[in-house]
Amino acid sequence: MIFPITVLLLFQLLGEVASRLVLPALPGPVLGMVLLLGALVTAPKLAAAIRPTANGILSHLSLLFVPAGVGVVGHLDLIAAHGLALITALVLSTVLALAVGALVFAGVAKAMGQADD
Amino acid sequence: MTEVWQLWTYLSEGPLLWLTVTLMAYLAAERISLLAGRAPLANPVLLAVILLAVTLWATGTEYETYFEGAQFVHFLLGPATVALAVPLHANLGRVRQALVPMLAALLAGSLTAISVALGIGWLMGLEMQALSSLAPKSATAPVAMGVAERIGGAPALTAVLVILTGVIGAIVVSPLMTILRIRDWRARGFALGVAAHGIGTARAFQVNETAGAFSGIGMGLNAILTAILAPLAASLF
Repeated sequence: MIFPITVLLLFQLLGEVASRLVLPALPGPVLGMVLLLGALVTAPKLAAAIRPTANGILSHLSLLFVPAGVGVVGHLDLIAAHGLALITALVLSTVLALAVGALVFAGVAKAMGQADD
Repeated sequence: MTEVWQLWTYLSEGPLLWLTVTLMAYLAAERISLLAGRAPLANPVLLAVILLAVTLWATGTEYETYFEGAQFVHFLLGPATVALAVPLHANLGRVRQALVPMLAALLAGSLTAISVALGIGWLMGLEMQALSSLAPKSATAPVAMGVAERIGGAPALTAVLVILTGVIGAIVVSPLMTILRIRDWRARGFALGVAAHGIGTARAFQVNETAGAFSGIGMGLNAILTAILAPLAASLF
């Protein structure tokens, strides 16, 4: 249990370093994910070692957004100050982005004869 | 009565109480979500946040005090993002196979999210600072806040918009995909990650592991693309 956690933290740390030194536009954890993927491709044994812990954390991903979400409640006045415009923009842009993204994916996959197995 | 008050004062100042309450609220939210058959509106993030917000309000607790306990949970967002490499690696064959549909959907989804948000906000009379805060809201929170700051938005407002976007996406995705008759888990998951980042990805993992893996990729790729597109789009206004 300690080994997989150490691996995840180590790659987050490497990601933070890469973010500071090379790609400041991207956050450390996203770069850490890319670096870990590279490591898993070169050393597939590592994947088996960290899979249970990684899947354990990911199956409760919802929990990790709760503290930030509670913070949002205290800032709902920011939304209220801009009223209906922000809510309308959020709902419509999210629904349309979902629809367009999924339709384009499914459409292109179908056109290329790549239906999922 | 004074003893109860002293005990409360002692407990409410340390991290133990609010860390425990956060986990309890999440377990209760998970239970409700399961009992509701994973109904979209019974979103565990939304339910847990409501339970905790009511608790904080009822006990007169400041968010800063609460966060001293909750920060240990919040911290795990970083390692969890790194951990997305594991399902990504397990699905690498399917990811390679679906590279072209993925990149097309990424560009289409990201452009739609940014341009519709800016367009509607502009039509409805939002000023520049609010528009700049709105532009990157489909990206994961740290990227969105950084982008907003660079283009003259308010990062605090962006944080609120990002979380709300995630909850909206997680709630509408299942009914929307049913209406659109999209049954490909890769398409559903990927579009959700692009439009609604980590909260969408959490929802995707609830429903289907393939959807979750593709959602994680969508989130990661849109973090990169939004950092490029949002400043460009905002400069048009």
